[in-house]
Amino acid sequence: MSIAEQVGAPRIVPTRGIPYPAGDPELDPEEERAWRRRLLETALRAVSTPVKRPTIFDVEESAS
Amino acid sequence: MRVVHYLNQFQAGVGGEDAASTPPQVHDELVGPSRLLARLLEPGGEQSGDAHEVVASISCGDDHAASDPGVMTEVLRLAREVGAEMIVAGPAFGSGRYGLACGRLVAGAAAEGMPAIAGMHPDNPGVDQAGGAVVVAAGASTREMRPSMERLAAAALKVAAGEPVTAEDGRVGRIPRRTTTVEQPAAVRAVDLALARLAGDRDATEIPAGLFDVVSPAGPVEDPAEATIALVTEGALVPAGNPDRLEAARATRWVHYPLDGVTALAAGDYESVHGGFSPAAANADPHRILPLDVARELEEQGRIGALHHEYLATAGNGTAVANARRFGVEWAARLHGSGVQAAILTAT
Repeated sequence: MSIAEQVGAPRIVPTRGIPYPAGDPELDPEEERAWRRRLLETALRAVSTPVKRPTIFDVEESAS
Repeated sequence: MRVVHYLNQFQAGVGGEDAASTPPQVHDELVGPSRLLARLLEPGGEQSGDAHEVVASISCGDDHAASDPGVMTEVLRLAREVGAEMIVAGPAFGSGRYGLACGRLVAGAAAEGMPAIAGMHPDNPGVDQAGGAVVVAAGASTREMRPSMERLAAAALKVAAGEPVTAEDGRVGRIPRRTTTVEQPAAVRAVDLALARLAGDRDATEIPAGLFDVVSPAGPVEDPAEATIALVTEGALVPAGNPDRLEAARATRWVHYPLDGVTALAAGDYESVHGGFSPAAANADPHRILPLDVARELEEQGRIGALHHEYLATAGNGTAVANARRFGVEWAARLHGSGVQAAILTAT
């Protein structure tokens, strides 16, 4: 169980690295920004979803 | 004693969340549970010979009360103006903003030598803010008002009489240590506890370890396209040079910086001072910590109603849980008081 779940964060979007939670230095700049966009869209989906307990919202790679 | 009772806007009947920004006010007559408190304090007059009178109800909106420590200094001043000799605050139950306000108020009173007591749920972040004042446990919600107020009043009588309030009275938070001698040395007691644990007793302990409390999730945002969204972070992203000296570890503070008219965070203008990881990636592109570029894009495209005009930050590196909980309550008070509907936290 991730730390976020353990401490009870209600809506969790997993990302790729501690030093770059909203990024990914492995990607080229355009791809990284697109990844950041998908993270934020997932976050918007999460805040619009009712939850009762810590809930993980994964970025949906198949989403356009 | 002349007692002043502090409560929040809900309990005072001033309003709900819509009234969370109302400033402190002294009411013309006792409101809400102040009347119950007054009745419960009456027996103190007969028993001890000192009449206890609740002379005023003072209330304040939760957002206003929790946002700025100076507000409770003002409440204390108002209480003195109406002749307070003792402060009773709450019960705040599980409400973090209300609890924080109660904690600060009684801490301020105690620091000035005035008897003061607050009631709130043991998990309330306000418990740790009460300084030298007494805090007694209340239930989790207003449904438990009667038993909670009875306990608060009983402990208030002791505080008024100068008697010690202990865990048996429901005291929580910092309880002054009294030195006693026990028969068995620590080594023997430690082995006994270990044996008890091996036998299945997972609760026996001499020192309770703090647990993370459970916070009820907020309801969903109906439509992000109508909502104001805030970006917040514990990645310690600050303007280059760290002008407010945010700590790199064991942060005791948080900071806020404006985003008005800012559409991108340029490398060199911002840096991460978080001591828990190499800041190289963040300094090369601050959006890796605070996704402002994409947030502005979403705002422009109407996917969110508006991006909040500032961001909040701290360093989540070895942060004391008590401080982290207080930051959370203060952030919620500040954002809620500004009309923000949701916050996106980038965590490291």
